[in-house]
Amino acid sequence: MSIRAENISWRAGKKCIVNNVSLEVKNGQTLGLLGPNGSGKSSLLRILAGLRRPCAGRVLLDERDIAGMAKKSVARRVAFVEQHTMTEANIRVRDVVKLGRIPHHSPLSSWTQEDEAIISAALERVEMRDRSEQGWQSLSGGERQRVHIARALAQSPSEILLDEPTNHLDIHHQMQLMRLISALPVTSIVALHDLNHAAMFCDALIVMLKGEVVASGTPDEVLTEAMLREVFHVETRIEVSPYHGKKHIHFL
Amino acid sequence: MTMAAVSHQTRKTAQRLGLFLASAALLGLVIAFGVGVGELSIPLKTTLLAITNRLGLTDIPLNRIHETVIWDFRLSRALVAACSGAGLAICGAVLQSLLKNALAEPYVLGVSAGASTGAVSVVVLGVGSGAVSLSAGAFTGAFLAFLFVAVLTNGARGGNERTILAGVAASQLFNAITAYTISTSASAQQARDVMFWLLGSFSGVRWPEFQLVLVVVLLGLAVCLYYAKALDAFIFGDDAAASLGIPVGYVRLMLFAVTALMTATIVSMAGSIGFVGLVVPHVMRYFFGPLHRTLLVACAMMGAIFMVLADIVSRTAIAPQSLPVGVVTALVGVPFFAVILYRSRTAA
Repeated sequence: MSIRAENISWRAGKKCIVNNVSLEVKNGQTLGLLGPNGSGKSSLLRILAGLRRPCAGRVLLDERDIAGMAKKSVARRVAFVEQHTMTEANIRVRDVVKLGRIPHHSPLSSWTQEDEAIISAALERVEMRDRSEQGWQSLSGGERQRVHIARALAQSPSEILLDEPTNHLDIHHQMQLMRLISALPVTSIVALHDLNHAAMFCDALIVMLKGEVVASGTPDEVLTEAMLREVFHVETRIEVSPYHGKKHIHFL
Repeated sequence: MTMAAVSHQTRKTAQRLGLFLASAALLGLVIAFGVGVGELSIPLKTTLLAITNRLGLTDIPLNRIHETVIWDFRLSRALVAACSGAGLAICGAVLQSLLKNALAEPYVLGVSAGASTGAVSVVVLGVGSGAVSLSAGAFTGAFLAFLFVAVLTNGARGGNERTILAGVAASQLFNAITAYTISTSASAQQARDVMFWLLGSFSGVRWPEFQLVLVVVLLGLAVCLYYAKALDAFIFGDDAAASLGIPVGYVRLMLFAVTALMTATIVSMAGSIGFVGLVVPHVMRYFFGPLHRTLLVACAMMGAIFMVLADIVSRTAIAPQSLPVGVVTALVGVPFFAVILYRSRTAA
């Protein structure tokens, strides 16, 4: 088991944001997190990345409790792509991706050729290699998102956590990114809003509502008309696509 | 990596090194120039010989008065100015990055307001009854203000807005105490002295001050450079830094404490000289980008050069009287900064 969460809960003030959530993902699999706004997806991802300490329960990486691991060794295997990351600084694309190599270095060590090769490969993967000298402020929202993903890949993680990564992307880059994520040889946990992406690209899904898990399993098991009505309050008809063989959701 | 990329990288490193050496040479020249300028004008050659004489490299007899003026007054003063400028610029760069606020500067944590209260307590109220110097009082006040902010923000873990608000609160409080003390207890002459000190001046600094400020600024620069990668990781915010394995709370508190120590030391010697810590980092970012290993060194060099020049102008502009150096930094710096701002607007 690559990453596992056992009965984690987390509160912001008195409000319970994540309530007794358990999950596990096998090596190399892609887990989709679904749920309406405010259902606790982002908070759950932050806990899994070790950025928030749960008030109950624990997160295990290869059966080791994340609370007992050094922050740096967590960062060497878990990469996290946030939803909104802004900066005023006009940092070069290549230098953003280089940030991903920080967990692999001591404060005074200098960059190696291996770092440079990993950075170039990560930029290649998100089709941003030819933009590597460009400044951050000159990039579009979608390009910035791809650079962030390249930065995450440069961490050489075995788990990658993404919070709504297809926001701001045009349809070509949405599809390219989801294909990339599902094809990566690393374990991925992705918060998603697009239900058809969830059906097409995820190996397993978890549906959250008010901080609790209300459904989990394969996309085939989880995505039902009844569930979508109950959780998202939408009327749908679901059929198996004759083109890709996965479920396809029509909204009525 | 391709050969082209390797050679590109080495060329850039060589360029940076060349620039560093050039700016170091320029700093030396500016200091030597600063030593020569004044009521008693001393040729550059005499200045250089006086220095090499003292270092035991040469033994050429010089005018005794020249040598005394160089060695006992102007050289120490220029060197303190250089260290102060470097320190303020470094602090500004670090605080702007940590607080993610373009308006952050060395005094944002209330340090200068605390220093002024400490200085006024000594000068006007006679706290310590003569045993405590103005500098010691200022240093104590500065550190009290920083403690006040640190407590209010739970050891700087309370987020950027809260840290800045706590700094503003501390500044207001201590400025109010200063103003209250001056208006109730000070004589006109005392008030004038304090005002002059608050705006900043390097008059009266000698070798002991230089030794202290040199050690503090070099140590501070070393600590900040040690955390240069961590500071880079803060570019996209605290959570982004944490997800890169940076112990965010610890690094923030450490760097806040180091910048407060540097600022308190400088303010206690020369008053709160504005503008350098705010603007030099912006200008250096414009030229060298936001990565801190280069940025911090560039800030140190530029801050030092700028401050020595500002001190020269403050001594000579309305000689035999001298202007507060803080007035000069703003008057000279603002037009220069305006040009940079204007150009970056058209470039973006």
